[in-house]
Amino acid sequence: MSVLIIILILLAVVVMAAIGIYNSLVQLRNQTKEAWAQVDVQLKRRFDLIPNLMETVKGYMKHERETLEAVTQARAAVQGAGSLGDRAQAEGQLGMALGRLFAVAESYPDLKASQNFLALQEELASTENKIGFSRQHYNQSVMNLNNKIQMFPSNIVAGVFNFAAGEFFELKDEAAREAPKVSFN
Amino acid sequence: MFEAIAANRRKSAVLVILMAVLLGGLGYVLGEFFSQGAGPFGVVLAAVVWLILTLVSYSQGDQIFLSISGARKVGPEDLPVLWNVVEEMTLAAGLPKMPAVYVIDDPAPNAFATGRKPDTASVAVTSGLLKMLNRDELQGVVAHELAHVKNRDILLMLYAGVLVGAIVLLADIGLRSWIWGGGRSRRSSGDGGGQAILLVIAILLMILAPLLAQLIQFAISRKREYLADASAAAFTRFPAGLASALEKIAGVAAGQLRGASRATASMYIVNPLAAAAEKRDAASLTATHPPIAERVRILRAMHGASFLDYDKTFAAVTGKSGVLPKSALEDPHAGAGLRIQGESWRQDSASRPGPAAAAPPVGARPLMPAASASRAQARAVDDWFYAKDGWARVDCSCGAALKVPPGLVSSRIKCPRCGTVHDLHRASRSA
Repeated sequence: MSVLIIILILLAVVVMAAIGIYNSLVQLRNQTKEAWAQVDVQLKRRFDLIPNLMETVKGYMKHERETLEAVTQARAAVQGAGSLGDRAQAEGQLGMALGRLFAVAESYPDLKASQNFLALQEELASTENKIGFSRQHYNQSVMNLNNKIQMFPSNIVAGVFNFAAGEFFELKDEAAREAPKVSFN
Repeated sequence: MFEAIAANRRKSAVLVILMAVLLGGLGYVLGEFFSQGAGPFGVVLAAVVWLILTLVSYSQGDQIFLSISGARKVGPEDLPVLWNVVEEMTLAAGLPKMPAVYVIDDPAPNAFATGRKPDTASVAVTSGLLKMLNRDELQGVVAHELAHVKNRDILLMLYAGVLVGAIVLLADIGLRSWIWGGGRSRRSSGDGGGQAILLVIAILLMILAPLLAQLIQFAISRKREYLADASAAAFTRFPAGLASALEKIAGVAAGQLRGASRATASMYIVNPLAAAAEKRDAASLTATHPPIAERVRILRAMHGASFLDYDKTFAAVTGKSGVLPKSALEDPHAGAGLRIQGESWRQDSASRPGPAAAAPPVGARPLMPAASASRAQARAVDDWFYAKDGWARVDCSCGAALKVPPGLVSSRIKCPRCGTVHDLHRASRSA
């Protein structure tokens, strides 16, 4: 009789613990989704700002066709990217192309004096920061989720209910570390 | 980061219970002191005082605080740089909603955050701060304030403040009425030695309880400042930004800020009451903030941007052991991989031979050099306040911007630079 009671109590404890773990897994997964939505909003914002930027700078930077085209092409590549890995690659390229454009813009005093350009520059610089910060938060959320999925004893619950590990969003910026090629005409 | 919040909740609970016991004890002793057997009534009275104070500050606290400090709400078009910086730090902190942004027209550089929950938070900065800091420094300050929001420090300080207020109030009432002839022990001289002891305990408690409560409050406030600094470093990945901002703020004789008081002091980024006093009793028990010089030294000496780095650096700089809550250090993000970002690009840009020699690593740092922006920023802040106060703006063809006060009688104004006379009626109609 008393053995039965002990077994029942133990069972109840285990079930309660499992429910707690399951709920925290769901919470972490939702947190990750929410964090990704934030990254996505900022990436879209950058995407939408580019046509405006092109319109503003093309009058001033007639001799920088290559730089401008690199931005346009990178933007098109973002649109075509399928998987998260491809997307990260393309977004990284776009960020680099934009960085190069702003670096080149430094040598156009007329452009730098334009109110419109300054406003766009602050907008894009801030969006660039927001991408960085929201990505930082997303990656932390993914790490939280993955730790929970892989660590004992929560890995048992995660296995039973098929929780998938999250994917980090790392912008491929290896190429960014090498000096950009800037041509002066 | 997430764990630090849980730890804070537990701490809030412990603190509230501790202070509530102190408050209840004070109420009981006061009751017994005035009439035998009235102890329970004293406890009820203490509870009622506390409840009223809590309800008032809980429902109205933010709005009262913002209005007494003369803060004005800002939109995204008004001051885009400030707005963007707050939005960026909201993302970095992972707050559910961007706080409302306020600006206070005051030359003393300072900033604070209010709001019990992250969803209803507000962050306010003074115009003096906006004019003085560049983008990176502003980012550090805003990150520090949003860390207070994220770590629920505001709720903690609200609880603490209300309890301290109730204790001070009760003790004050008790002492005053005892001095002015109340209290049964005085009237009934024939009671035994037990009464004398009760009298001593009552008076001691009335004197010591407010002091004790305030010491608890200040000690917690200082700890929360360190945690907010550590969080700011982790959010921005650039501790030098906040360090440089603190140096600039400490460099001016800040002076007293309108609407700031002892009760609200712990909400600001630096103590808004006494710049001079801070130098005098830097390490004193009654300071709401750690000394700025020490905060700067820690931030400047950090090799990484994580909580662990902050804790280690704190120990190295001050010689004391860890300052952050244990749960914050056990957090998975506390240690791994939080490098300081963008420093190399900053150094590059400072010693850069010419423009366009190197592009910044993209994704982490502003593309816009901060120094050139700060003058435009100061001007934008001024323009915004003029517009809010109803000043009209007339752009002269010579490039000067004339600012016209709202109550001007004359309808014509002469440009002081080129002498052109502007017709204000026509200008306002065309604008």
